[in-house]
Amino acid sequence: MSEDRVDVRKTYKLLINGAFPRSESGRSYEVATAEGAFWANVAQGSRKDVRDAVVAARAAQAKWWSATAYNRGQVIYRLAEMAESRRTELGEHVAVAEGIDGGEAEAAVSRSIDRIVWYAGWTDKITQVLGGANPVAGPFFNFSLPTPSGVVGVLAPQDSSLEGFVDSVLGPICAGNTVVVVASERRPTPAILLGEMSATSDFPPGLLNIITGYTAELSPTLASHEDVDGIDLEGAGEDANDLASAAAGSIKRVLRPRTNEDPSSLRRLRAFVETSTVWHTIGQ
Amino acid sequence: MTEHDLANSQLGSLSYDPALESASIARLRASYGLFIDGSFTDASAHERFVTLNPANETTLATVAQASSADVDRAVAAARRAYDTVWSKTTGAQRAKYLFRIARLIQERARELAVVETLDNGKPIRESRDVDIPLAAAHFFYYAGWADKLDHAGFGADPQPLGVAGQIIPWNFPLLMAAWKLAPALAAGNTCVLKPAETTPLSALVLAEILQQAELPAGVVNIVTGDGSTGAALVDHPDVDKIAFTGSTEVGRLIQQRVASSAKRLTLELGGKGANIVFEDAPIDEMIEGIIDGIFFNQGHVCCAGSRLLVQESVADEVLRRLVRRVEQLRVGDPLDKNTDVGAINSAAQLERIKELTAFGESEGATRYTSSCVLPESGYWFAPTVFADVSQSHRIAREEIFGPVLSVLTFRTPEEAVAKANNTKYGLACGVWSEKGSRTLWVAERLRAGVIWANTYNRFDPTSPFGGVRESGFGREGGRHGLEAYLNV
Amino acid sequence: MRLVTEHDRGVHIPSAGRVPAVESEAQLRALLTSLSGVDAVGAESRAARLATRSIKKSSKLVAIDLAIAMVDLTTLEGADTEGRVTSLCTKALRPDPLDPTVPAVAAVCVYPDLVAHARSVLGHSSVHVASVATAFPSGRASLKVKLLDVREAVAAGADEIDMVIDRGAFLSGRLGQVFDDIVAVKEACGVSRLKVILETGELVTYDNVRRASWLAMLGGADFIKTSTGKVTVSATSPVALVMLEAVRDFAESTGHVVGVKVAGGIRTTKDAIRYLVLVNETVGSSWLSPDRFRFGASSLLNDLLMQRSKQHHGAYVRPDEFSGD
Repeated sequence: MSEDRVDVRKTYKLLINGAFPRSESGRSYEVATAEGAFWANVAQGSRKDVRDAVVAARAAQAKWWSATAYNRGQVIYRLAEMAESRRTELGEHVAVAEGIDGGEAEAAVSRSIDRIVWYAGWTDKITQVLGGANPVAGPFFNFSLPTPSGVVGVLAPQDSSLEGFVDSVLGPICAGNTVVVVASERRPTPAILLGEMSATSDFPPGLLNIITGYTAELSPTLASHEDVDGIDLEGAGEDANDLASAAAGSIKRVLRPRTNEDPSSLRRLRAFVETSTVWHTIGQ
Repeated sequence: MTEHDLANSQLGSLSYDPALESASIARLRASYGLFIDGSFTDASAHERFVTLNPANETTLATVAQASSADVDRAVAAARRAYDTVWSKTTGAQRAKYLFRIARLIQERARELAVVETLDNGKPIRESRDVDIPLAAAHFFYYAGWADKLDHAGFGADPQPLGVAGQIIPWNFPLLMAAWKLAPALAAGNTCVLKPAETTPLSALVLAEILQQAELPAGVVNIVTGDGSTGAALVDHPDVDKIAFTGSTEVGRLIQQRVASSAKRLTLELGGKGANIVFEDAPIDEMIEGIIDGIFFNQGHVCCAGSRLLVQESVADEVLRRLVRRVEQLRVGDPLDKNTDVGAINSAAQLERIKELTAFGESEGATRYTSSCVLPESGYWFAPTVFADVSQSHRIAREEIFGPVLSVLTFRTPEEAVAKANNTKYGLACGVWSEKGSRTLWVAERLRAGVIWANTYNRFDPTSPFGGVRESGFGREGGRHGLEAYLNV
Repeated sequence: MRLVTEHDRGVHIPSAGRVPAVESEAQLRALLTSLSGVDAVGAESRAARLATRSIKKSSKLVAIDLAIAMVDLTTLEGADTEGRVTSLCTKALRPDPLDPTVPAVAAVCVYPDLVAHARSVLGHSSVHVASVATAFPSGRASLKVKLLDVREAVAAGADEIDMVIDRGAFLSGRLGQVFDDIVAVKEACGVSRLKVILETGELVTYDNVRRASWLAMLGGADFIKTSTGKVTVSATSPVALVMLEAVRDFAESTGHVVGVKVAGGIRTTKDAIRYLVLVNETVGSSWLSPDRFRFGASSLLNDLLMQRSKQHHGAYVRPDEFSGD
């Protein structure tokens, strides 16, 4: 007589400072498949989780930026290696979350991994493309360098569960920022998986922090938090204007959603980059 | 005060037992073929030559001598691969091949370092800590450009040139292969690479790596041989681009030969780098920098700081410290992890160094040579410093390409600049001072492609490298390094 | 042609040298600011390059024994007792009770009120008694109190005094005061040797380390020492490099030989051997002696013993093979 094996089901937790805690609220919420069937109980993140994540991101930021650009590129490339080796699992989750067939999901995963590779190759080129020497009218050596804004809050796109998530977090990370991201409310599991992969590749703790839960509950905390330097409102939906207004309180850099964005646009890379210009006298 | 007597204190005389890296890690084969169209193949006329370990003159392996027929085959493979495969491969896909190659170099780093040291004669510490890591980094950097060419500053959608013929020297064999292949492939070209006659092996191990990376057949082809192989490649009508690193004499010949063709050309040639030391230089780091500038890689470096221009007010003190430091250099078995200076790459190069050094003496400069004991077999030259050198001396003008430093003096910054620029070359210079404004003032006026301030011989894939005047044209490294391989 | 000889390889210490007299703070400042700057990138890369030296087999054994003989076995805790000091001194005399070939350490290092007890245990053995003094580790007390601290330690039998400089005074430019403190402490030491702790972690820059080294040597230090071991940043290779260069240059210009002690965070044989290589290739082998180089450490000794045992017997031993204190 054969017996069907009972499988071990996964608990989906938050990612904060390289560890996977449940929400401090102890709450969870149901995430359904695209067809409406039960898929998983996912941690319902709270304001305090967001706050803890910001602390972790801030603590990690100086060290992330002080690593060489080469090293940061290798760290991001390693995430691509991890994602490639777990592509089947990612594909299953994307298919279920977005209600698309296996072939389409696989293609989305391939595009996402290639996108990670695209970002990995940017870390040591941003300075060359966005920076440069300036020929001022005087005996000075003058150069402008791009530096990261610091800690960036991201509201991940609600619909594109993996591709859109990758773009929204790796853009700022690649430029030297650390990130606190609120994953898609209804389609969070591919992001959580990618978070797991980041923690088992060479991402330092605090570089990427993922909070799952209700976007409308979490986003005001992130938008008004004074130790967050920038915010990407891609997943904000109707709340975008209110959040942009809250962000103004600490003069955050705000990225508003755009439709039909060219994939080779550098908008996400440039959005959370500051330009620092140095003058030095030239003379005997 | 101490009870011990105040005798002279010997530097470095705590003896270090030999700490030999194992030669067997190189996994050398007895013989290697040419790498054409994705596989190893014998030369069509079955001609072979031998490559030696310059530290002891033993044979390492035999290698195929590519004839013009073999060069034809290689170019044809590169052309076919370009037309049917590589030009149809997206930037993102090209990037992934290059990332694979970078990772494989990292994985096989130790093996590559031993191969390089055996074939070239450089200390294992340098192959391990400089050559191999930089080679991997170069592939990693250019991998990232393959799918971003629109952002490289050459306009939208820049196109490759086609088939690149690339001829590299013996001083940094694997690193020079990386400097050539990585940007060419990232830009979408296919390649025929010709390694130097005395150092073919690391390129052939790289060929194995290209197979492991499953780079499509014909995208890279490697033809080993002597000068005739290089000439066949330069003259080949179906090559769109020639890139050459080597001596100015040969560079001149190549430039003449391609003058009446449509071939694009970049050259990275010789140099007579001036290391300029001001009286306010950070003294201990400056001494290290001068030493690094001329004795790193046995002085076989096109950008070597082979002229020391020292401000007269500190010349005696600098010279005293320099001589003391030269005496400390450990010259010997390149496989010993504690060796600082290895073997001269070939008998021919050793002869050239000896000839020019003899001139130095006969011209009246004061010679200091390390009292180190040289091994009995192999090609060796003891580190040497010439003081009281003047601008007109041959050793101040001609590239020696060996561990020989010529010391001249100056009084003012203007004089330092004039003396540094008084050469037909223009590859690299160093400036040592704690005063930033003066360093920048001098740097603006030096005719050189690379200027190091308070450091020397630093390389990075993001940093453009190349010369002005008779040191060549074109840059390798950085965004600028893509230009040589794009039709812009 | 002049072939370079062994003579040019060395550090040349004149027999008739002279330590310049320091007559005013202005003169002291002029002297110190005339010293060459240190390029941090260059110093760190030189130290890193020397850390790649591979010391194996018999040279490793020589280095281990040398390191053991250079240890100032240290206990500087508020909870120290006579019992603790007794254990320490016993171990100092005979680090491995089962192996008499292991050399004794150079000294034990304790707080002033435990000097007499240490002396009573050590007697007139080769192991010196070193005492910290001058309101160690902060140095924040009046000169009067600091000198009393020194005199009591000397009277109790300390062979060596490890003093701290006034970092507050140094960083605010009161160089004359720092200098005068050292001169006064040196006088209070009598025949005891003076080690001057610069607390390089608080001085932060290599330029400061170079200047403080010269200031201490001009003031009469017999040793310059990196750290108290009580702040976050202690001895590092580049800092030791700069101090060794200072000691070398001072010896060459004045004929006066000063030793170097590295302290704080040195836990492994690998660390210790790296420092010995630095000494060897900066000032030369005659500084490879407990008279001129010391390690201020506690757990380092057991790692040296373990490595020594492994070199002799071929297998790694358990840490429990050696006494905890």
